[in-house]
Amino acid sequence: MGLTLSWLSVIILIPLAGLFLRSLELSPEQFWNILSSRRTLNALRVSFGLAFAAACVNLVMGSIIVWALVRYRFPGRRIFDAIVDVPFALPTAVAGVALTALFAEKGWLGAPLAALGIKVAFTPVGIFVAMIFIGIPFVVRTVQPVLQDLDPEIEEAAGSLGASRWQTIVRVILPSLAPALLTGLALAFARAVGEYGSVIFIAGNLPNVSEIAPLLIVIRLSEFRYADATAIAVVMLVVSFVIIFAVNRLQRWAQSRIPAR
Amino acid sequence: MTMQIADSVSLSASEAKARAKARAHAAAARDNLRTEPRAVRIVIIALAVMFLTVFVVLPLVVVFAQAFSRGLLAYFAALAEPEAMAAIELTLIVAAISVGLNLVFGLVAAWAIAKFDFKGKTFLITLIDLPFSVSPVISGLVFVLLFGAQGYFGTWLRDHDIQILFAVPGIALATTFVTFPFVARALIPLMQEQGTQEEEAAISLGASGLQTFFRVTLPNIKWGVLYGVLLCNARAMGEFGAVSVVSGHIRGETNTMPLLVEILYNEYQFVAAFAIASLLAMLALITLIVKTVLERHLDEGEDASDH
Repeated sequence: MGLTLSWLSVIILIPLAGLFLRSLELSPEQFWNILSSRRTLNALRVSFGLAFAAACVNLVMGSIIVWALVRYRFPGRRIFDAIVDVPFALPTAVAGVALTALFAEKGWLGAPLAALGIKVAFTPVGIFVAMIFIGIPFVVRTVQPVLQDLDPEIEEAAGSLGASRWQTIVRVILPSLAPALLTGLALAFARAVGEYGSVIFIAGNLPNVSEIAPLLIVIRLSEFRYADATAIAVVMLVVSFVIIFAVNRLQRWAQSRIPAR
Repeated sequence: MTMQIADSVSLSASEAKARAKARAHAAAARDNLRTEPRAVRIVIIALAVMFLTVFVVLPLVVVFAQAFSRGLLAYFAALAEPEAMAAIELTLIVAAISVGLNLVFGLVAAWAIAKFDFKGKTFLITLIDLPFSVSPVISGLVFVLLFGAQGYFGTWLRDHDIQILFAVPGIALATTFVTFPFVARALIPLMQEQGTQEEEAAISLGASGLQTFFRVTLPNIKWGVLYGVLLCNARAMGEFGAVSVVSGHIRGETNTMPLLVEILYNEYQFVAAFAIASLLAMLALITLIVKTVLERHLDEGEDASDH
């Protein structure tokens, strides 16, 4: 029993420990030099900045989608509900080539956008679009069950006590959804920061402009600059840890707010 | 006289109508407390549908449109290429290995977490979740650092002539690592909910541990197991980032289907690239359909255990 468990943790722990041990072989000065190089800083900025922007779009659009799916009846609702999971299930490389074909200058959406003077594929906007694509199920699937379980009487009470619909939504419904919304935001952000497959096709991958951090790790590896790859990976791994930790705390907070039934 | 009767009938009819109207008004007023004006509803539905169409439906449609853009013949010719066949074969082998391994790992991990109390349980759950939120590229990188030429086991492996990186074992390892959480995550809540009473009863009636597991635990969680295996398999076949780092891209040997999509795409062989991609897209769609069916079974199981 104890043996199997330690064995299990070893499977995950050894590879990760290897990564940290490797980064410890670097002197703090080397570590700092790698991270503060212009190209690394720009790659991290692109990954984190665009991932956060995409997660915010997902938060807003995800809430609208959840509202429509849970509260309204419209033709095709079940099908739209089911396809929310497509970005989960579709292999990232397939998503990457599909989004690129769609938003390329001659693509179905790229052509009309190009006519408006907006270039999406092979620019940072393309990265942003790919990150929105992969993040959407995270917000929808974390918020949807919470909105479904929300007690209708609370809203009726607020309404019959004279609150306007807008007041009820902002003061009553939104606070109940807040933990789920924040969790969805964090999960979408974490996924977008580390995303590789669906981004690299549409990104253009221009150093300092549209080069994401995971791609820079791959490039450094292919140049046998293992130290550089490791240092960038450690930074990203630490951020993932922090996000998981925050999500777990959020979940506990959410549970403590709901009285036991 | 008849006129009078007719009058009173029509009066009571209109009265009834008025009452019905009032009732409907009251119901509508109550409903109005929980819904928005018609215009707002339409705008919200339109936004949701438009967003999902642009970001989810169109990318799916594009895959098939591009794959069949030169006709059926070109499509099947692309799939019959030896390179494509080799990639499909490798993908199936790797998926079989990692799903098999994760089925065992997942069952053991979920069993331990759900049925026993021990120190460090939360830590173990966090560990299990980790591959979900780590960049796939980093998952690949850790295996390069372990087994690569300059890795911790690199020299030993070279001395014993064992090839892990840039070969099938490396791809299978990286895929197993990335898909580790699926089975365990599907089973932990299910097993926790079912508790340990049935197992305790079986054991007190003289069943051995293994008998208890196969006769009591496993039948209770079979839909959950299928659910985990399904999602695990989908991810295993479609994994790109981690596999890309450890595969070495040896044509016809270490290219899985997603890697071949990338290579063909970069060589401007769009029909071939999208033909392979369409197979993976179909896998995703079938996975989603089966998932919906399994979810219904899982919900029914929950209801049954409630009563």
